Amino acid sequence: MQGLDFDYMLGLVPVILGYVPLTIGMATAGMVFALPLAGLMAVERVAQVPVLDLFVRLFISFFRGTPLLVQLFLFYFGLPQVISAFIVINGVTAAIMGLTLHFSAYMAESIRAAIVGVDRSQWEAARSIGMTQGQMMRRIVLPQAARVATPTLLNYFIDMIKSTSLAFTLGVTEMMGAAQKEAAGSFLYFEAFLVVAVIYWIMVESLSQLQSRLEVRLGRAYAR
Amino acid sequence: MITVRGLTKRFGSTTVLDGIDLDIGEGERIVVIGPSGTGKSTLLRCLNFLDHPNAGIIRVGDLEVNSASATKAQILALRRKTAFVFQNYALFANRTARQNITEALTVVQKLPRAEAEARADAILRETGLADKADAYPAALSGGQQQRVGIGRAMALNAELMLFDEPTSSLDPEWVGEVLELMRRVAARRQTMLIVTHEMQFAREIADRVIFMDGGRFVEQGPPDQIFQSPQDARTRDFLRRVSTDAT
Repeated sequence: MQGLDFDYMLGLVPVILGYVPLTIGMATAGMVFALPLAGLMAVERVAQVPVLDLFVRLFISFFRGTPLLVQLFLFYFGLPQVISAFIVINGVTAAIMGLTLHFSAYMAESIRAAIVGVDRSQWEAARSIGMTQGQMMRRIVLPQAARVATPTLLNYFIDMIKSTSLAFTLGVTEMMGAAQKEAAGSFLYFEAFLVVAVIYWIMVESLSQLQSRLEVRLGRAYAR
Repeated sequence: MITVRGLTKRFGSTTVLDGIDLDIGEGERIVVIGPSGTGKSTLLRCLNFLDHPNAGIIRVGDLEVNSASATKAQILALRRKTAFVFQNYALFANRTARQNITEALTVVQKLPRAEAEARADAILRETGLADKADAYPAALSGGQQQRVGIGRAMALNAELMLFDEPTSSLDPEWVGEVLELMRRVAARRQTMLIVTHEMQFAREIADRVIFMDGGRFVEQGPPDQIFQSPQDARTRDFLRRVSTDAT
């Protein structure tokens, strides 16, 4: 067994780092679209609007019940064959769409659980002082649910960052795609993928640190 | 003047309120007593539609709400004429003591913030919690939380204040301060409907005591009459058991 080619790995770092903005960008876009969608679905699931509830449940069930990779292929390769408008969609857009829908389904369920978790008596207190349903949700229930849901939602963001690597299968040259191309030229597969792995790891670890600090902040009002 | 007619509430096949009729005069302080599970809390909760009655008419001032045809707007209007004090305080955990009081004033009654805060601070002083204005509920004792809960209800200047066993969740050491605050509320001739097991307190402040059993009013009258010479065997039996428990 030969040793690792450290010089090659060091040289590869800036190349891969150059794709970090795309990775973060796709995950952030996915999060920005997924969050409101998940929030709406969660509120709907709590309110259980007739008919709409059926669609939301179906949506959540489908996007949680099938692999992200399959969903991405459906959007990128499948949909254009059925709906011609989708032909113009590029890999990045398809990836963001897939990430959005997939993760919004998971996030809707955690937000729903967080909403339901807000002590029933506070809902009643809000009603008893004459708040409308909307006032109660906006001022009392959702802020507390957000606090409970935030750590979980950050977990999904972290998961989403890692899942952007699947965009590689749609022909997007992101971190993973770049590493694959480099490795194909040098045949140093282990080195190339190790560099990618470490960069992902550092990104995720920094976010986890941020997450723990945020949790302390969010819990401050509730500390005894 | 508050008028209730034929208030009925069923949970499944169990009738919890069986056609309650009740007239409450302005400034009248009524205490409802009776064994557990006889519909005392449900009566209070139906009066502001936290539980939707199956039948009945509630009239508060010029507002009349018929449970059969109650609209959202009517229910909201009814809730805005009443205030509710919960057994488990039910403070908003994401709001400080002061904010728990101002919330209804700014959001529901649309008072200017400064005015709402001035009213909240006056109430906090009255409840002896001026130094806790910025504390979150989690940092307060049970007694302090319930005093904020009562303060929140006081701030509404409601036509009717409903108290649902306000001292039942409290450690014994906090019961006194909460009852003391309720005495002060009563002294202002605030119209109150109180469900409690504090018989001594009921004797002191009530204009009228209602004994409830099986979803009905069995007997009612001035405290002296109910406590000294109850007419119904069920009232006598209940009072005997309560006084044995107390000693």
